[in-house]
Amino acid sequence: MNGWGPLLLSFQLAAVTTIILMFIATPLAWWLSATASRSKPLVQTLVALPIVLPPTVIGFYLLVLLGPYGAIGRWWVELTGDTLTFSFTGLVIASCIYSLPFAVQPLQAAFEATGRKNVEVAWTLGASRIDAFFSVVMPQAAYGFVNAIVLSFAHTLGEFGVVLMVGGNIPEETRVISIAIYDQVESLNYSEAHAMSALLLIFAFVVLLGMFLVNRRLSRR
Amino acid sequence: MSGSVDIRFVVRHSGFDLDVDLEVPAKGMTGIFGRSGAGKTTLLRCLAGLEAPLAGRLVVNGDTWQDSSSNTSLPVHDRHVAYVFQEPRLFDHLDVRGNLDYGRKRSGSRAERVDQDEIIDMFELHGLLDRQTEKLSGGEAQRVAIARALCSAPELLLMDEPLASLDDERRREILPLLERLHRSLDVPVLYVSHNIDETSGLCDQLVVMDGGRVVANGELQSVLTGMDVPVLAGREAGSIIDAVVTDIDAGFELTTLGFSGGEMVVPGVIGEPGAEVRIRIRANDVSLCRQRPIETTILNVLPARVDDIGADTGPTVLIRLRLGEEFLLARITRRSLRGLELKEGDELLAQIKSATVRS
Repeated sequence: MNGWGPLLLSFQLAAVTTIILMFIATPLAWWLSATASRSKPLVQTLVALPIVLPPTVIGFYLLVLLGPYGAIGRWWVELTGDTLTFSFTGLVIASCIYSLPFAVQPLQAAFEATGRKNVEVAWTLGASRIDAFFSVVMPQAAYGFVNAIVLSFAHTLGEFGVVLMVGGNIPEETRVISIAIYDQVESLNYSEAHAMSALLLIFAFVVLLGMFLVNRRLSRR
Repeated sequence: MSGSVDIRFVVRHSGFDLDVDLEVPAKGMTGIFGRSGAGKTTLLRCLAGLEAPLAGRLVVNGDTWQDSSSNTSLPVHDRHVAYVFQEPRLFDHLDVRGNLDYGRKRSGSRAERVDQDEIIDMFELHGLLDRQTEKLSGGEAQRVAIARALCSAPELLLMDEPLASLDDERRREILPLLERLHRSLDVPVLYVSHNIDETSGLCDQLVVMDGGRVVANGELQSVLTGMDVPVLAGREAGSIIDAVVTDIDAGFELTTLGFSGGEMVVPGVIGEPGAEVRIRIRANDVSLCRQRPIETTILNVLPARVDDIGADTGPTVLIRLRLGEEFLLARITRRSLRGLELKEGDELLAQIKSATVRS
């Protein structure tokens, strides 16, 4: 099977995206869970957009923005000499936006369930805001982090439309597993497509099952 | 000023204003009493820094914690307060020991002032230290919560109705611990409650709040018998007397208590001779007579002098009596007031039907 290259690339993309998302989504979700700001609905809408928009729409706008003549793409070319579109870096940026809601929403739900009450106790017991977050909120919202990591990873692994628009189909650079499957189907190479699809299906099943089992244990504790 | 907590807070919420100017001693237990909605919890939250007042100043033992005129406000974790909430709010990712250690680890050099083993002893937590918090009963959880607060070596302990979420039995289990805490630990406590029995049993000072304002503040006994505070003149009106056990009648199971105004006999065997107790007597349980009644079932008939007569606008009137050094409130009908032609300075007899005794 010549799907190992694309599969490995997909895993790399998903891993890098998930790590970056944890750093972005954690403070964002914490803010959303606690704020009374009037801009909260607006921020929530922006975060949730990738869930409802067709991936091709997100992909199209990102292609325009990240392209060598786009606002971000041009700046990137000046900075590094490389173009963002049709590159791995471009894919990472696109994936972060595309999978953002899958990281933010489970975290926000977990933070809201933990509530302000325990944080207040931690403050009165001498914990600074950062200290209280790491020593009380994070451990109590552990299942939220598990969910956010699994969902961002799995969702990035399965993305197709955005990748196709922004990354195209360059071996070793942007040809991820979902694109490779599409390729095989187009060239009527069904047995290869079967093998890769089955691999993804099994992976998705195992990971989600694992997540729900962990959740059950954490919620019983 | 040293040795006091100086409070000035203005808070405006929609439909609720708090405007408080208050000085309480930074020692012993100060009760903050008022109906629900009087602003007690908001006041405590401002003290802890959990809520920001519109304007305010807070000076504790000479240290300025907050001053809106200079834009100073210490963050919660730098205030060295501990807060006991109505519900235990234990950290359920830690066991009981982990909860107790949480504040102590963060109390820096103040940790030396606190003997954690003594607190564990006092709150009878030895058997619970390795327990997961969700396996605790309501009473156990609140004991852990109070102990956790004390282990953080606070300079000020704020308690917001710590017994309100418990049933009567659990309450009776924890109340004696609070009384012991009050006597053996050197931490000033502000104790919020809407239960006057609870506050008058525990506290030395009493602040009464109503509608976001402080309507009375002072030494417990004088606030209770002030008669000018409407919140305290209702059904729950009463007074307290600090007394010493002088004699125990094991046969009839009665305890005699002595104080400057005489002796009282109460049912039950309470403590040992010499033990200090606090008696609370409701105004409704006191009646007055000019001559010593004969063949009465009431054990306690004490000479008293009319000290003050309350407003006679309703069917009943509060009378403040003086017994030795102590004050006693009596509620009589307006008709009796006229019938006996009571006036200040009259010497008569107070019959006390019942009393609550706290050892």
